[in-house]
Amino acid sequence: MSTLDFSTTLGNAWFPAPTFTASGCASSGRELAQFFDLRTMGGVVTKSVMLKPRTGRPTPRMAETPSGMLNSIGLQGPGIEAFLAKDVPYLVDQKARIIVSIAGETVEEYSTLARKLRAVSGISAVEVNISCPNVENRGLVFACDPEASRRVVDGVNRTLGGELPIIVKLSPDVTDLVSIAKGVVDAGADALALINTVLGMVINLDTMRPHLGGKTGGLSGPAIRPIAVRAIYQVHAAMPQVPILGMGGVSTGRDALEMIAAGASGVSIGTASFGNPTAIMSIQKELEQLLIAKGFTSLRQAIGFAHRPESE
Amino acid sequence: MATINKNAAQIQAIVVSNKRVGQYHQLIINIGDLAATCKPGNFVAINVGGESSRMVLRRAFAISRVSTSSMYRGTMELIVAPHGQGSKWLCAQEEGATLDIVTPLGTAFGVPTEPVQALLVGGGYGSAPLFGLAELLNSRGCRVDMLLGASTASKIYAPMEGKRSVNSLRIYTEDGSMGHKGRVTDPIPELIRDLNIAVIYSCGPMAMLSAIDSITRGTDVVHQCAVEESMACGIGICMTCVIPVADADGTVSMLRSCIDGPVMDGSVVQWDKVGKAL
Repeated sequence: MSTLDFSTTLGNAWFPAPTFTASGCASSGRELAQFFDLRTMGGVVTKSVMLKPRTGRPTPRMAETPSGMLNSIGLQGPGIEAFLAKDVPYLVDQKARIIVSIAGETVEEYSTLARKLRAVSGISAVEVNISCPNVENRGLVFACDPEASRRVVDGVNRTLGGELPIIVKLSPDVTDLVSIAKGVVDAGADALALINTVLGMVINLDTMRPHLGGKTGGLSGPAIRPIAVRAIYQVHAAMPQVPILGMGGVSTGRDALEMIAAGASGVSIGTASFGNPTAIMSIQKELEQLLIAKGFTSLRQAIGFAHRPESE
Repeated sequence: MATINKNAAQIQAIVVSNKRVGQYHQLIINIGDLAATCKPGNFVAINVGGESSRMVLRRAFAISRVSTSSMYRGTMELIVAPHGQGSKWLCAQEEGATLDIVTPLGTAFGVPTEPVQALLVGGGYGSAPLFGLAELLNSRGCRVDMLLGASTASKIYAPMEGKRSVNSLRIYTEDGSMGHKGRVTDPIPELIRDLNIAVIYSCGPMAMLSAIDSITRGTDVVHQCAVEESMACGIGICMTCVIPVADADGTVSMLRSCIDGPVMDGSVVQWDKVGKAL
């Protein structure tokens, strides 16, 4: 049996395994803990939390689509105070490694959220979600606007920079992803999370109207995986030194390895957990076996392997 | 804070039998020792379509009843309408097929500590879990009367053996093709009065549950209903199946019907806000 170093890093945060929940797909970890020990995966990326409690969008909030689903939750959550009082202590108790995902309506809200995380112990990194598609005003999707993206990240970096790794979650719904990625890295991002869901719609043929309460929703699942692999590949090619947390339809070990070969340092599993609460465990095991079978002695060797020169 | 059903587990379960009953299928699944932890109102989330399926989400079904005395240690019965692709796939599974299931999930119907008069109201195949509940209530000395309704006769699910536990059963169809013509909610006010009903248990379409709430609101009759909202995961992580519910202070929040439900106190559900932004 070969030995494999399965550990990875995102900025200066170290994780024993490269597998994570995807924000918004595991709530705050409590439910998945019924099915496996949260310590056994890389870390829990919590559902993006906002400053104030938020009820989210009306139902129906989901529609299954071929090899995927649309969701239209609208960032329902308890707000940062309740989250810090209840959810973080729970995860700390479980000895889970925690990446806290934050979302704001304004540039200032992100900075305020970052400030509230400063004194909290037990957090490995912060994910700055600037790409949730389920907001009323599409102009609020910061990640679609290079200047707004930069300003958000700059604000968070002024508060948290150097203390906690800042992972910025980007949207694939842009013309030039690489330039937006470069902008947020210049503004202080230590790592990038690629990709958020892709904006989509389903028409209900009984009502002949958009099916979702929020009309549009975010498409996730295997249907978007090639988009994610492409996004990771392009960004890694442009900035190979910037770690990427890859996500978008990963449901098997081979899917995870595809993202790692494209340039991801870790993978988040989201929609697959909806279909299978132990998906993260099986993906982790399959990935480990695949890396060994392919002769890698560490996960790190496989990161960006698809970019190696023709001669290798 | 509500938590996931502490007995929930993911298992590979074998289909013991699959019979067509009118427009529905009756599936019996061997779930071993988990059967002892399933209560009326709980549900099961089943992976559908097999390995290369393009259906990525589990399907949730109410458990109609469990049996712990069978040769399989424990089985669960599901009544499934083959409507969508997932339920059609499930109804096509033959004896011996393996299913990836997660159960028991969600809340259960609360059973009174003292014998009371109970009225059970089911709409369409929503009646399925009410027969298991009727048996339980009956064993606790409650008098159980049942109303079943549907648009038409073929959508009524009322197995012969299920009628043993009920004192009376009345059927309503909107087209009059079986039983009384009309809505299942029509006779409720009169029954509450005549039978001195203390609690109504209901399972069926949201419009039916809401209509029952408008009858029981302001009365002493407790209304426990199993709500219905489309679910992606069934285990509390996707936040899609939310229902607006008021707490003691009147603050309305969106609660997950897979964790805080499916059985909820009908008087706290904000029926007029279902499907609306708060």
